[in-house]
Amino acid sequence: MDFKSSDTIPGPRTEDHLPHTAQAAVKIVIVGGFGVGKTTMVGSVSEIRPLTTEETMTQAGIGVDDNYGSDTKTATTVAMDFGRISITDQLVLYLFGTPGQERFWFLWNGLFEGALGAVVLVDTRRLEVSFDVMGRLEERGVPFVVAVNSFPDAPRYPVEELRTALDLAPEIPILECDVRRRASSKDVLMTLMRFLHSLALSGALT
Amino acid sequence: MTPPRRKRRRPQPAAPPPPPPHEPANGPEKPGNPERLYTIAGSADGARAELDLVTLIVARSAPPPSASPEEAAVLRLCLAPLSVAELSAYLQLPFSAMTVLITKLIEAELVQARAPIVRQAVADRSLLEAVMHGLQKL
Repeated sequence: MDFKSSDTIPGPRTEDHLPHTAQAAVKIVIVGGFGVGKTTMVGSVSEIRPLTTEETMTQAGIGVDDNYGSDTKTATTVAMDFGRISITDQLVLYLFGTPGQERFWFLWNGLFEGALGAVVLVDTRRLEVSFDVMGRLEERGVPFVVAVNSFPDAPRYPVEELRTALDLAPEIPILECDVRRRASSKDVLMTLMRFLHSLALSGALT
Repeated sequence: MTPPRRKRRRPQPAAPPPPPPHEPANGPEKPGNPERLYTIAGSADGARAELDLVTLIVARSAPPPSASPEEAAVLRLCLAPLSVAELSAYLQLPFSAMTVLITKLIEAELVQARAPIVRQAVADRSLLEAVMHGLQKL
């Protein structure tokens, strides 16, 4: 790789530096179909400008349901946008948004396993694109809440009708949101945290 | 208009680990000798660090003259704690390439890794409460 002098690599702005007391970090993953607003949500609550990290996946790891071509050695780059919220001087929260290519998310080792929980963002115009990811979270025992990003031209359903359509367990929170608004995104995250807290209280968190 | 419908899935047990090569065929389990569920990777010359996207990396010293440009860049960026994900973003290196680089720096004792808090079987309520409290202030 052609690598320039270390002085030319941009780093965080001075005001974006974490304090030296920062000891540990936790993460929340935001999932959903293409264009549903994951990166917008990350950006609306992050204290830093959202950044992008990448991972290279080889075709060998992708699974048997792949129908694309016969070149089995193709490497695919999977990108994730993320942001950061300082919780205390010691604790930092990272939010990861997973753009497109959903069949790759679960190959990113440790992304979901180490996460506190997940937010499934859904768009009522394309509800079905979130079905598979919800199923995978359920299979892995990753707790999640469902946030319905309210697009102006999207069909509106009563929340209970969506709960039935998504076959959500009665305890899983579902709420409407507008992820362009910081307060609304914060509300989604708080809903997830209260849900995780209730699971912890009931001892159901696995 | 009715929305499309999904069917809920059940939690699946974690994939069973590959059987150890010398496992006795259906032999009785010895009491008090539970099967190990994991193995520790690494060798005598230094165990490989398990680096998460949100492991915080902090420089322990200035870049030595022998440091590569990438290593020097990490040491410069990590004067304040920075996650592996952020380093990967700033250096424009894929996550796995970043972990290889950082593992080398950990072995050379040039950086320190502060492990993330991962979701536990027994959830830490005080941790969840701290996160809630921090989010409230947003």
